[in-house]
Amino acid sequence: MSELITPISALGNARYDGFAAIREIGPTGMITLRCKQDVAALPGALQACMGLGLPEKRRILTEGQRSIGWMGPDELLLILPYAEVAAMIAALTEALKGEHVLVVDVSDARAMFRIEGERATEVLAKLCPVDLSNLAPGELRRTRAAQVAAALWQDEAGFTLVGFRSVAGYLMGLLTHSAMPGSELFPA
Amino acid sequence: MLILECPYCGVKAEETELSPGYEAHLKRYGPGASDDEFESYMFARKNPKGVHFERWRHVYGCGKWFLAARCTATLEVFGTYPAQTSAPPPDLIEAIKAKRPGWEGYK
Ligand SMILES: [Zn+2]
Repeated sequence: MSELITPISALGNARYDGFAAIREIGPTGMITLRCKQDVAALPGALQACMGLGLPEKRRILTEGQRSIGWMGPDELLLILPYAEVAAMIAALTEALKGEHVLVVDVSDARAMFRIEGERATEVLAKLCPVDLSNLAPGELRRTRAAQVAAALWQDEAGFTLVGFRSVAGYLMGLLTHSAMPGSELFPA
Repeated sequence: MLILECPYCGVKAEETELSPGYEAHLKRYGPGASDDEFESYMFARKNPKGVHFERWRHVYGCGKWFLAARCTATLEVFGTYPAQTSAPPPDLIEAIKAKRPGWEGYK
């Protein structure tokens, strides 16, 4: 018989308040959906199960606590409450039955961070080779944060950054160090 | 610094977001190939000063392999294109010929 285990995030919701606020958030439900995006059943399956459509190239769609991000020509990232993952995987697997797809729970393989505040961009500009000032609204950008892979996107309050859980401590260290008061890129 | 646009996701990726795959359009000969053919596949590389076709992987991104044409001397990038091809796109070849009239071709 399976036991219900209380999920815990990678760093126990560690936080740091520097010139921007860094928070490790979660646990968050994450599903990787590998599927060629011209599969006819895909948009309908996403709409029926997630309530969101197929995002455009390099975009992330969000509605309430659910998001769908475009990670590549055959990869989507589905974000949803942790407790809903098992049911969502079952629903998507059923909705895409017969198609060449892979639906995998990656919730516990990832770590998620929020970078908030007026100077949040400066924290990431030091770590990622990305022109963040030209990030389009709703753009999901995969890149590296120093030496590890990361995906990030922006909203009104700041950035969300997703990385591998195995390097969560490294990511928190990077973000903390980058947000240290006195190390702003554009001093006031 | 080298910036290549990934033809799959459109990201203008800086060199450190990519992983090199060296010369493109090498032909791997099948069973029954001669020693010379295998040697050319295994060892012979052009290493030109000038127009060069290369494989690159968008490793800190969508993860896909793509191909790029660039100048090894000036780092000018002529174009990038998906890897599912055995020859560069004709319009790219024309564009390179227009820019480098003396270029001997990609083969
Ligand atoms: Zn790419």
